[in-house]
Amino acid sequence: MRAINVSGLTKRFGRVTAVNRISFYVEEGEVFGLLGPNGAGKTTTINMLATLINPTSGHAEVAGAVIGRDNYKVRKRIGIVFQDPTLDNKLTGRENLHLHAMLYGLKRGIIKERIRKVLKLIELEGKADMLVGNYSGGMKRRLEIARGLMHKPRVLFLDEPTLGLDAQTRRRIWEYIKSLKQEGMLSVILTTHYMEEADYLADRVAIIDNGKIVAIDTPANLKKSLGGDIIQLYIRGSEKSYRGLIHKINDRIKVKKTDLRLARTQRGEDELLITVEGGNDKVPLIISMAEREGIRVVSLDIHTPSLEDVFLHFTGRNIREDGADGYERNREFIKRMRR
Amino acid sequence: MINLTAVYVLWLRETKRFLRSKSRVVGSLAMPLMFLLFLGLGFRGMAVPGVSGGTGYLDFLLPGILGMSVIFTSMIAGISVLWDREFGFLKEIMVAPVDRTSIILGRIAGGCTTAIIQAASIMVIAAFTGFHLGGVLSIIYESAFIIAIAVAFIGLGLIFASQMSDIQGFNLIINLVIFPLFFLSGALFPISNLPGWLRVFSYLDPLTYGIDGLRGVMTNSSMMAAGADMLVLIAFAAVIVVTGAYLFEKSNVV
Repeated sequence: MRAINVSGLTKRFGRVTAVNRISFYVEEGEVFGLLGPNGAGKTTTINMLATLINPTSGHAEVAGAVIGRDNYKVRKRIGIVFQDPTLDNKLTGRENLHLHAMLYGLKRGIIKERIRKVLKLIELEGKADMLVGNYSGGMKRRLEIARGLMHKPRVLFLDEPTLGLDAQTRRRIWEYIKSLKQEGMLSVILTTHYMEEADYLADRVAIIDNGKIVAIDTPANLKKSLGGDIIQLYIRGSEKSYRGLIHKINDRIKVKKTDLRLARTQRGEDELLITVEGGNDKVPLIISMAEREGIRVVSLDIHTPSLEDVFLHFTGRNIREDGADGYERNREFIKRMRR
Repeated sequence: MINLTAVYVLWLRETKRFLRSKSRVVGSLAMPLMFLLFLGLGFRGMAVPGVSGGTGYLDFLLPGILGMSVIFTSMIAGISVLWDREFGFLKEIMVAPVDRTSIILGRIAGGCTTAIIQAASIMVIAAFTGFHLGGVLSIIYESAFIIAIAVAFIGLGLIFASQMSDIQGFNLIINLVIFPLFFLSGALFPISNLPGWLRVFSYLDPLTYGIDGLRGVMTNSSMMAAGADMLVLIAFAAVIVVTGAYLFEKSNVV
């Protein structure tokens, strides 16, 4: 049986469609990543699956119970770590865990033992009797993961589990999540806008943009689907010369339109991305073509596709360009170029 | 079905939070004691119209001050849902397999406990100033009134909390809701002194019956029989709590 089964799930807030008819499933024991920029609809999806908000339409089954109909059963069978802390700062770490255990109806006899176990997992035994208000951001997040596991859920939701944490702490949290997976039948659904995180942790990834899922597959397959290498050129020239270059590349190297992408980076540089087989051999030709168009190549980079490139491929924009500003600017620029 | 474990653990949380916050314990006692001290001593010996001859003003005032401390504490206990929302903890409760009724009962139980602790502290201090505490039976009656007042105003706090989206309006509620309810209740003077049109509002204020009942139990000088006060108060409390619970259920968690 699948841990999560979602079909046609939709959430509208007034006129805004936050989540637009998404469908996916999560296998038992699988780590599933929802990857997308801020405002893509990841958290709304999680909130619906966790029974905190009702979907506008669509159907979802979580851990064998239907959301909206069997919310009580869903709640009992899931653990969740929200994006923002949901701990009581005036209680100690241990008290927070204890409160959680009681709310989930754990038997008195096993609560102590369970608390000891999860504290050990997240290495917070020494700080358990400190008020949570005095914890660091990383400690809070670890405590929340521990809390989410206390009642042995069948599905664990992690909403941006490493947002705002330093690199070292992020690594550690990743290791905890990895170790959960080895424990067996627990399914994890995690949202993130960090490519590396999805790549490292997730068995399968759904790329979500503007409330829609644009691609679902294993990270390896997604990267493979792009085919070949990515040549990334930072260039300087006129719009007319760019058009000329794109035309020539299309013509001479037989690159599909969708594998050629012109964008303006946040620093204001013009960037040409070309996805092509055997990239190393094509570079000299491309540079000489660029020069003939009067374009100066400032720098260049060749790499095999990363999830970042996959994301760019499916959504037409860079995930790092948070907010509408970079997005709009980019779109304007691309629109002008297409004329 | 009510989940007693959940009620208990949420009560425990509220109580722990209250006892841990020294400033809340001290702060919540300071204001009622100052009212008691300055008004009680300032108007000592003065004949307040409407207060029957045998009762001194201090004796008249004490039930009012108890009511005051209870209304402040319990309104804040109800509104503290807003803080839980602000600091995220509300989500932890709302996503747990616990029905909303138990969540509200836990909060009411916690609020009543803090109200009782405060009222008891005020009574003990009042005893030092020469107030006669009365027997076990009167203490039980007093506690019953304090709990009934607390339940009504925790419910009112919940109503406001579910209508507010952030904690910005909090001071507004204190000044425009709690203080008028307090002054209208006859805590400081007999409401028979108020002009008729204003007295109408006094009769609509649940605290009026709470304080009149306390006065009846503590000093034997009240407008209505204590039992009648209790019935009216319970009716108010029931309507308010059910409304509060309904609105809380409807309000957005995220």
